[in-house]
Amino acid sequence: MEKSIKNMVIGLLILMVLVPLGLIATGETYGEWGNEEIQEKLGYVPTGLEDLSSFWQNAPLPDYAFGGDESTQGAVIAYILSAVIGVVLGGGILYFFGKRIAKN
Amino acid sequence: MHIPDGYIGPYTYIAMWIIMIPIWLYAGQRLSKELRTRQVPLLALAAAFSFVIMMFNVPIPGGSCGHAVGGAIIGIVLGPWAGVISISVALILQALIFGDGGVTTIAANCFNMAVVMPFTAYYIYKAISGNSEIGSSKRVAASAIAGYVSLTLAAGVTGFMLGIQPLLYHDANGVPLYMPYSLGVTVPAMVLEHAFGFSIIEAIVTALIFVYIQKTDPTLLMYGRSASKKSAKGAAA
Repeated sequence: MEKSIKNMVIGLLILMVLVPLGLIATGETYGEWGNEEIQEKLGYVPTGLEDLSSFWQNAPLPDYAFGGDESTQGAVIAYILSAVIGVVLGGGILYFFGKRIAKN
Repeated sequence: MHIPDGYIGPYTYIAMWIIMIPIWLYAGQRLSKELRTRQVPLLALAAAFSFVIMMFNVPIPGGSCGHAVGGAIIGIVLGPWAGVISISVALILQALIFGDGGVTTIAANCFNMAVVMPFTAYYIYKAISGNSEIGSSKRVAASAIAGYVSLTLAAGVTGFMLGIQPLLYHDANGVPLYMPYSLGVTVPAMVLEHAFGFSIIEAIVTALIFVYIQKTDPTLLMYGRSASKKSAKGAAA
């Protein structure tokens, strides 16, 4: 592996270990409110929004967390595991297809 | 900036799928022409990096939080088309596996973060850099500005998509069916929180990685240069 690539991989691994820092921010994200938050803001939930919001129920790790486990430790482990899954799948898919289509 | 399911109605999200499908196909075609074996690990790293950097939620004053995307540095180093593919892969995984961003809205979110970002970043970087040396500090500044502007612009486009919803969808009494806030609220909200927060982080991240590559292996920064030289040579031969 080229040295610069190797160092970038190391940098990425460090980021993955540090990723639980992203859990400290607990504020809402604009335009990504849950239905309860919208209810609080408006006093109602727009009907189309409510219907569509449950469109995808199949996420295995919704919100990068283990469902039901509320502990900090659980949240940290789930968050790091999520980063690992994202890196392995995202990097893996592109590496696999990239190798097949790349020219020298 | 990940629009969840339910925030934009069918006309908007279907329109975005219709726009994005040809962009993805064309981006794939461009990659299969341009991608060199040496760049494959970088492309894989780009998707992985973008995925991870988006997990670093940062609070800003006012109780809101958000994140950088990493889309600018990817567009600058690998070119905008590789940016489309790698950031889209990260966003699709986030939607399907982690429920971060909607599934009906995958195309809209990819348009904002995987098209608007790498393209504006790439062209801003190119315009500011001009013919300066590859190792010049002018290019570092160009990368930072590209990071800052591209994320802010992507936020503005997201705000636009959200803000047109009350115009497009409301019941007979004028009650909104999807995103309830109008353009006058959504665009400033999205633009300001990025301009004063997350875009600054994007600028720093972009410049740091740029400097690192510049110092260690500037040949990686040749997107759009070596290709044109090559074709010039090919034409001469």
